[in-house]
Amino acid sequence: MTKQVVIDKTKCMYCGGCTAVCPVNALELKETYIEWDPEKCIYCGACERFCPAGAIKVVKE
Amino acid sequence: MKKWLQEEYDVIVVGAGPAGSTVARECAKRGLKTLALEKRQEVGVPKRCGEGLGEGWCKIAGITPDPKWTRYEMHGATLWSPTGKKVVIPTPTKGWIIERRVFDKWLAEEAVRAGARMITKARVTGVIKEEDTVKGVIVETPDGVFEVMAKMVIAADGVDSKTAKYAGVNTVNPATEIDSGYQYEMVGLNIPEPKDMIHLYFGWDVAPRGYVWIFPKGEDHANVGIGIGGYVDEGTSKEYLDKFIQANPEIFKDAGIVETNAGGIPVGAPLKKPYANGLIIIGDAAHMVNPIHGGGIGTGMEAGILAAEIAEKAVKAKDVSENVLKEFAEKWYEKRGNQLLQVLKVRKFFEELNDNDLEKFADILDDKQLLLDFADGKRTAAFLKFLAKAPKIALKAAKHLA
Repeated sequence: MTKQVVIDKTKCMYCGGCTAVCPVNALELKETYIEWDPEKCIYCGACERFCPAGAIKVVKE
Repeated sequence: MKKWLQEEYDVIVVGAGPAGSTVARECAKRGLKTLALEKRQEVGVPKRCGEGLGEGWCKIAGITPDPKWTRYEMHGATLWSPTGKKVVIPTPTKGWIIERRVFDKWLAEEAVRAGARMITKARVTGVIKEEDTVKGVIVETPDGVFEVMAKMVIAADGVDSKTAKYAGVNTVNPATEIDSGYQYEMVGLNIPEPKDMIHLYFGWDVAPRGYVWIFPKGEDHANVGIGIGGYVDEGTSKEYLDKFIQANPEIFKDAGIVETNAGGIPVGAPLKKPYANGLIIIGDAAHMVNPIHGGGIGTGMEAGILAAEIAEKAVKAKDVSENVLKEFAEKWYEKRGNQLLQVLKVRKFFEELNDNDLEKFADILDDKQLLLDFADGKRTAAFLKFLAKAPKIALKAAKHLA
């Protein structure tokens, strides 16, 4: 089972709020996208709960 | 701009929002060689803000209100209960809904005119540390990646701040300490009376653990936004805001959207230790935000003024250790931080009010100045006494405030 964090670019506002709640620094706000680091991510879902736009999801495949 | 990045500075400021530009301006005025780095290609864009600013902050921040950015004058707040009861609260002082893209750039211009050097599209990707002291930053620019050295660094890089984290300071906002915000700037609105006030709408169906706001920028023009608790499981901020707009056609039926914004609002406690060896952290990055209304422009600029004073002292004494920089935290807590901690208690109390409590509250509220003062962290005892009229609410208040 591979988990991943998927960001819907049609919804993402690039506000960087998810980077602010990420406890392990696995997200970064770049100019027009959010960069996700699978090496650091602990899949806690804080970003998904926080996201004002519903753009970020922790997906369990 | 390569040459600028090959020089050494007294102070590097990361971020050119209101806090960053203010501290850069004040450092430059104090004769410090200052470099401000902004990761975006344009200062002030996109805004992540409802754009409210009280006039008192301008004096504190050493700026004169300019019609270029004071878009619409405000004289109070109107609160709406879940069933539509209206509580109109005029304020003795005025404020504005400002134009952030103009305001931020104006502040940046003032910093440059004062002698600070500023570069946009310059992303800090790390700090340089020697002997546990921040000595500079690594910055990614169109001209390449540079290591820029400075006597000290001031992190003013906002809610998504990384600089402090690179330096080893934990600035993570726990989900209970951050609001999730979404906003449309709308035109063609039928804004409720009084039009010279901000309007706040409460209720669990409207905005769980938060509220919807209408901040007028003109007769028919406003920022319409929402902030809800960052740990609310059901629904996103956007969904709640859209629902509110659908449910209020008398305001929105002829409106259009000219801008969409989102953002995290740090509404928890400010950092206990907004400094490290060679580093001061200010503004949203240090969670220096009013936990009731989420405003951070004034507090950020105020912290910038103070940070410059301490930076000058440290640089001139050739000692940027925590020992010297801790004075920033001491003075800031005395000036603002302790008040914000009290406001945070008030917020925790307000968060617990259910819809019945909010209705009751709207019914019994007579002394509006008392509510204003209470929400500002003052006259707590008097407010608790007033709540004797509503024992259930008083019980909740006692839990957080007694």
